[in-house]
Amino acid sequence: MKKEFSQKIGFSFISLCMFLTVLFLFSIIFFIVVNGIRVISWEFLTQMPKEAMTAGGIAPAIVGTFYLTLGSIIFSLPLGIACAIYLCEYSPKSYVVNIIRFSINNLAGVPSVVFGLFGLTIFVKYLGFGVSILSGSLTLAILVLPLIISASNEAILAVPQSLREASLSLGATKWQTIKKVVLPTALPGILTGIILSIGRTAGETAPILFTAAVFYLKGYPKSIFSEVMALPYHIYALMTEGLYPDKQVKIAFGCALILLFLVLLFSSVAIYLRNKHKNIYGYGN
Amino acid sequence: MKFSMRGFKEKLYRNVLSILAFSSLFFLGSIVLVLFKEGLPIFKKVNFFEFVWGRFWYPTYEPPEFGILPLLLASFQVTLGAMFVCVPLGIGSALYLNEIASFKQRKIMKSLVEILAMIPSIIYGFFGIAILVPFLQNLLNLPTGLCAFSASLVLGIMATPTVCSISEDALSYVPRSFKEASFALGANRWQTLVKVVIPAAGSGISSAVILGMSRVVGETMVVLMLAGGAAVIPKTFFEPVRPMTAAIAAEMGEVAMGSDHYHALFAIAIILFFITFVFNVIAESISRKYRLKLGLGQ
Repeated sequence: MKKEFSQKIGFSFISLCMFLTVLFLFSIIFFIVVNGIRVISWEFLTQMPKEAMTAGGIAPAIVGTFYLTLGSIIFSLPLGIACAIYLCEYSPKSYVVNIIRFSINNLAGVPSVVFGLFGLTIFVKYLGFGVSILSGSLTLAILVLPLIISASNEAILAVPQSLREASLSLGATKWQTIKKVVLPTALPGILTGIILSIGRTAGETAPILFTAAVFYLKGYPKSIFSEVMALPYHIYALMTEGLYPDKQVKIAFGCALILLFLVLLFSSVAIYLRNKHKNIYGYGN
Repeated sequence: MKFSMRGFKEKLYRNVLSILAFSSLFFLGSIVLVLFKEGLPIFKKVNFFEFVWGRFWYPTYEPPEFGILPLLLASFQVTLGAMFVCVPLGIGSALYLNEIASFKQRKIMKSLVEILAMIPSIIYGFFGIAILVPFLQNLLNLPTGLCAFSASLVLGIMATPTVCSISEDALSYVPRSFKEASFALGANRWQTLVKVVIPAAGSGISSAVILGMSRVVGETMVVLMLAGGAAVIPKTFFEPVRPMTAAIAAEMGEVAMGSDHYHALFAIAIILFFITFVFNVIAESISRKYRLKLGLGQ
C-alpha cells in the first residue's frame, strides 16, 4: 500500500514538472503573440521607424538581421563543413585530432559575450572594419562555427562505413567517394545543423552589441562597412533606452513576435527534417 | 597520364580541405589568445588576489577600484537560483518523458522542449522585463522587480530544456534489462525508477546539470535586462545585482580602448571563459565515463 502511494506522489510530481515546462513555453509564446499581433501590419514590416522610435515600422531591423545572418552563414558554412569533412574522412586518428575535437566541443560552450569581445578587438579595432555588418557577420560566424562543425561531424560519422567501402571497391577515389556518396547521404543531417545555426544567429544579441548594431539608422545600410539595425538588439534598445517606454514597449512586442516567428520557423523546419531522415540506415541518431 | 591527373586532384582536395579545417581552428584558438593578450595587462595594476577578492567595483571612480567579488558573487547567486528552477523541472520532465509519456506524447513533448531551447535569450529577457517583472513586483510587493530573483527565475526556465534533453538521453541509454530485473524482484515502476534507473543514469544526469550551469553562467542578455545592474555584494535575492556577463555587456560600450577598465573587462572574460571551460570539461569527462560503463563505447 505504501509503495503504491509513493508511486502516486512521485508520478504526480514528475507530471507537474513536465506540465510547468510546457506551460512556460506556451505562456512565453502566448504573451508575445497576443501583445505583438496588435502592432503588426504591412506598414510595420515595411517602413522606417518614425518619431523617435515610437511609431512607424521596423523594416531596417528586419533587413539588418537578414544581412547579418546571411553574412555569417557565408563565412561559417564552407569553413565548418570543410573542417568536418577533414576531421572525419582525412585526418589520421591521432592525439592531435582528439585535441581538436575536444577544443571544438568546448568552444561551443563559450559564452556569446566573449565572442563579442573577440569581434570587437580583432574585427572592429585591429582589422579596422569598424562597427559594421562585416564585423558582426564575422563574429557571428565564429560563434556558430563549432555548431556547424559538430552537426556536420555527426552527420558524416553516421554514414555507414559499408557505403564508403562499396564506393571505393568500385574504383572511386577518396574524393569521389566523399562527393558522390558520403556528402549526399549526410546532407539532411548537415542541413539540419545549418538551419539550426541560422536560427541561433538570427537571435543572438550579445555578440553584435559592440560589433554591428545601432539603435537608429537613417535609411538602410549602404555597404558591408555600414552600421546596421538588428531585431534582437532593437528589442533590447527599445526596452532600455529612449524617452517613451510606454510607446516603445508596444513596438518591442512587435519585434519580439517577428523574431520569435522567424526562429521558430527555422527550428521547426530543422526538427521536421531531422525526424524525417532519422535512422534512415537503421542506426545512428 | 589520366591516372596521375586523378592523383593530383586528390591531393589538391585533401590539401585545400586541411587548410580550411586548420584555419577554422586558427580562428577558434585565436579567441583564447586575444582574451589573454587584452586581459592580462590589468594584473600589472592590480594583483590577481585583489582583483578577484576586492569588494568594490568602481571602475570609473578616481582612483578606480577593480574588485570583482560583487560581480562574481552575483553570477554565483543567479546561477544558484536558476538551478533551483531548472534542476527539478529539467530532471522531472526527463523522467516524465522516459517513464510516463506514451510514444506519441513523448515525440510531441520532446519537440516542444527543443523549441523552448531554441528561443533566443533576448526573447526570454524581453518576456521577463515586459511580463514577469511587473507581475512579480505586484505579487511579492517588491521595491523593484529587477533583481536577482527575476533573473534567476528566467535563467532557470531557459536552462530547463538543456537539462531535460541531456538527462532524457542519459535515461534512455539505461538498458531495458536493468528495469526488467527490478520488476522481476517485485519492485513497482516508481521504485525501479528511483532505485535502478536514476542511479544507473546518475552520471549522465549530473553532466546535464553541469552543462545547464555552464549555460546559465555565460548567459548575458537575460541578466543584463533583469538583474538590475547594481555592482554591490548581494545579500538577498530581492535586490539588484550585476553578474559578470552583464558588467561586460553594459560597460564595454563606454570604455576607452586600452584603458585599465577595458583590460579589467577582458580579465573578467578570462575568468568567465575559464569557469565555463571547466564545467564543460567536467561534463564531458563524466558522460564519457558513463557511456563506457554502460558499454556504449565513446
